[in-house]
Amino acid sequence: MLHGPVIVLTSFAYLGLLFAIAYYADKRADAGRPVIASPYVYSLSLAVYATAWTFYGSVGRAASDGVGFLPIYIGPTLMIALWWIIIRKILRISKQNRITSLADFIASRYGKSALLGGIVTVIAVIGILPYISLQLKAISSSYSILVQYPEIRMPVAGGTPAIWTDTAFWVAMILAAFTIAFGTRHLDAAEHHQGMVAAIAFESLVKLLAFLAVGVFVTFGIFNGFGDLFGRAAAEPKLAAMMTPFEGVAGSYATWVWLTILSMMAIIFLPRQFQVAVIENLDERHLKKAIWLFPLYMLAINVFVLPIAFGGLLRFGGAGLDADTFVLTLPMAEKQEVLALLVFIGGLSAATGMVIVETIALSTMVCNDLVMPVLLRMRRLRLNEQPDLTGLLLGIRRGAILIILMLGYIYFKAAGEAYALVSIGLISFAAVAQFAPAVLGGIYWKGGTRLGALCGLLGGFGVWFYTLLIPALARSGWLPGGLLEHGPFGIELLKPLQLFGLAGLDQITHAMLWSMIVNVGAYVGVSLAAAPGADEHRQASLFVDVFRNAGGSGGARFWRGTASVPELFSLLARFTGVANADVAFREYALARGIDYPRQALAADADLVHFVEMQLAGALGAASARVMVASVAKEEALTLEEVREVLDEASQVVAYSHRLEQKSRELEAATAELREANARLTELDRLKDDFVSTVTHELRTPLTSIRAFTQILHENPDVEREQRVKFLGIIMKETERLTRLINQVLDLARIESGKAEWNASLVDVGEVVADTVTGMSQVFEEQGIQVVCQIPPHTAPVRADVDRIIQVMLNLLSNAAKFCDAGRGRIEITVREQGDAVRVDVRDNGPGIDPADRERIFDKFRQGGDTLTAKPRGSGLGLHISRQIVEHFGGRMWVESRPRHGACFSFTLPADMAGAHAA
Amino acid sequence: MDDSQANRFAALCMLGTLLFNYPVLALFNVSGMLFGVPVLYVYIFAAWAALIGLMALAAESLD
Repeated sequence: MLHGPVIVLTSFAYLGLLFAIAYYADKRADAGRPVIASPYVYSLSLAVYATAWTFYGSVGRAASDGVGFLPIYIGPTLMIALWWIIIRKILRISKQNRITSLADFIASRYGKSALLGGIVTVIAVIGILPYISLQLKAISSSYSILVQYPEIRMPVAGGTPAIWTDTAFWVAMILAAFTIAFGTRHLDAAEHHQGMVAAIAFESLVKLLAFLAVGVFVTFGIFNGFGDLFGRAAAEPKLAAMMTPFEGVAGSYATWVWLTILSMMAIIFLPRQFQVAVIENLDERHLKKAIWLFPLYMLAINVFVLPIAFGGLLRFGGAGLDADTFVLTLPMAEKQEVLALLVFIGGLSAATGMVIVETIALSTMVCNDLVMPVLLRMRRLRLNEQPDLTGLLLGIRRGAILIILMLGYIYFKAAGEAYALVSIGLISFAAVAQFAPAVLGGIYWKGGTRLGALCGLLGGFGVWFYTLLIPALARSGWLPGGLLEHGPFGIELLKPLQLFGLAGLDQITHAMLWSMIVNVGAYVGVSLAAAPGADEHRQASLFVDVFRNAGGSGGARFWRGTASVPELFSLLARFTGVANADVAFREYALARGIDYPRQALAADADLVHFVEMQLAGALGAASARVMVASVAKEEALTLEEVREVLDEASQVVAYSHRLEQKSRELEAATAELREANARLTELDRLKDDFVSTVTHELRTPLTSIRAFTQILHENPDVEREQRVKFLGIIMKETERLTRLINQVLDLARIESGKAEWNASLVDVGEVVADTVTGMSQVFEEQGIQVVCQIPPHTAPVRADVDRIIQVMLNLLSNAAKFCDAGRGRIEITVREQGDAVRVDVRDNGPGIDPADRERIFDKFRQGGDTLTAKPRGSGLGLHISRQIVEHFGGRMWVESRPRHGACFSFTLPADMAGAHAA
Repeated sequence: MDDSQANRFAALCMLGTLLFNYPVLALFNVSGMLFGVPVLYVYIFAAWAALIGLMALAAESLD
């Protein structure tokens, strides 16, 4: 059943199915209902990473050194753990700057340098050729083997059939035609190929299912499960050794580690991975699922690699079969025709998926970053005057696809046959790893310069070429073999496989070590040596700070110059077609709320930037810049001006910070004002209270004076005794009135700050003693016992003697007033307490209710029940006393328990300077 | 993205680097079978699956 025509027909039917899927997806995309806007499709499309290398080559590698194939999938898993950090940033940058390829990304980062873009393109194309040749080899050799069915024979190596009978040639041709039909049907301004992505996702499913089918068949069909298979393998010493493949510390672990690092780089920097992960990404949130689904895919497709490898080794023994073919030859040997055909289709999926995406990505790079910049600079061609260049662009891309596949075929013929699949692929991995310093440095380090990136890339690529590509060509007989054994011109130190005498490493480890040293060294060293130019400075800031200028068109603020709207429009129309340009301009106008006749648009920096970005989507950043410059007269910004623009941006940020601060201060001030207002209202109320209380207090004595004088006036014949009594009351009330008025005046003076204070050094003990002596008459009359404890000398305080006397008189007369009549006792104590002098006046009166303890210091407050008891003072004395004490920096308070007397105390700070002076 | 989420991924990357490297790998580079499968193979695939599980947890908790 498995004849050539059947196989070929099935293959074409499969390719036709892919085409149908792509066509359907494109139609859906045009209708605005994309099928690929799903994280699952995105994750599956990332699995384009698994190529014929994975499908056939992993088993081959596993058959020689056990787990040695795994770093190629574990490395990406480790890198994907960092995707949310790294790829998200690259995604953001690419969307903002409409990046179309890896070359475009690097060129754009380093000042939109056409030279750098061209070099990256050349490196990518040369570096990927071995990888493409690997796919051609896999398809053609799997076909050659399958077509021999039921015999199992390896294709004849080294034979040179005529080109038109060579399977690989026809495979390359068919793939080229298919890719051209697939990827260059029309020109998308954003380089989205939704149809391609849908087809790739489908291919990922096919190859996974095919591989799992073989794995299950080998493990459970040929053998009785994992235990049986591994048990029988362990019985053979050669196979048992592969179960513990690591020997010693240096050799095999170093290979493992370098392969891991290499594939960590590859998962980002392979052009096709960059294409599906970054360029084709529709939504940054798809990353969330892809972060674990894609590693899961890699795990799943690798589970059966070791069983198939061991199964093949056990089944065929030393039959001389290439282990790379076990996936296919095992079903064939067991006469499983359908399974064998499914495997062939699975391998075809793996290989075509890689070739399609890789060549599309590379053709975009060749067109935008290599050919167009050159053509646009050739004034003879007058490309600037062509009305529509979309046909030219598509033509270049189609040509590029054809040429790349032909070069892959030539490489396959030249060097491919001498190597196993994995070894061929690793050469490409090492090539794209050279992009890592320029890209990763470019998005995290503003200091990286164009010259540094150029030197690093050229240096690293040079070492790669010398240590990996030259040996590959030499081994295939295209270069003298003596080159490898004795070095060029017999110089042993320059042997490509043991550069500078570094021996004992495998080829890939050796090449990676030297190329990375040169690459990173040159990139960092040269970048540090020379300052970046204005363009580089601007782009560096746009890339590194991409999350900070989230506004979008951060590039517009760097443009200054003059342009005209019709010229910009016709420029865009030339490269994307009139219809696309019209749509783009409409959207631009709509987004800014401008009515669309184009004339209403202003040819300002925004519009010029918009057109440049649109062009960048079709042409790449470097070419787009050249084109825009041809119609818009830009004034070159100097480095200083770029810095200024950047500074302005940071100044705006600083300014808004200051504004925020100001508004916070204003709020605080408002709050303070509100508080002050509340205090004023309260004071106003207190003043009213004060006035009404004072008038009330004045009226009481006045009323009694008036009453008694009226009695005396109306009754001239009042008895003498009575008259004397009445006159005595009148005198007393007058005195009380005078005292009250004096105190009110005093208080007013103190509170308004107009009181006169004659501060001098005062010995408080002496003043207290004098005051007590002065009042001794009063105490004796009331039979009050006075006990003084006054030391002969206390620290001097700075105060007004008369005022202190006033305070003491007030306290002593209060004490006398409230003492128990007849059994009264007043204790007066003066002592030094810390840095202050303290005076206590203790009585044995009724004491003060706790609730009143602070209130008695208020104006017009009196101890006791003012409603029932006759007031015995003005209610101002304590208030004034406290004001006086506080004026001199002291404190006044009362301690008391009801029925146990009260103790009024005050302190005055001692004047130490005065003490020393005295 | 706040820093703690980014740090989670960085930590997972470091954990993976540790798991699939000398000397941890050397601990399992011994002859012998577990469930009928060589110890090293069981270890690598189990550790790999565990790492993917943790990455799924970290990724799905992103906001």
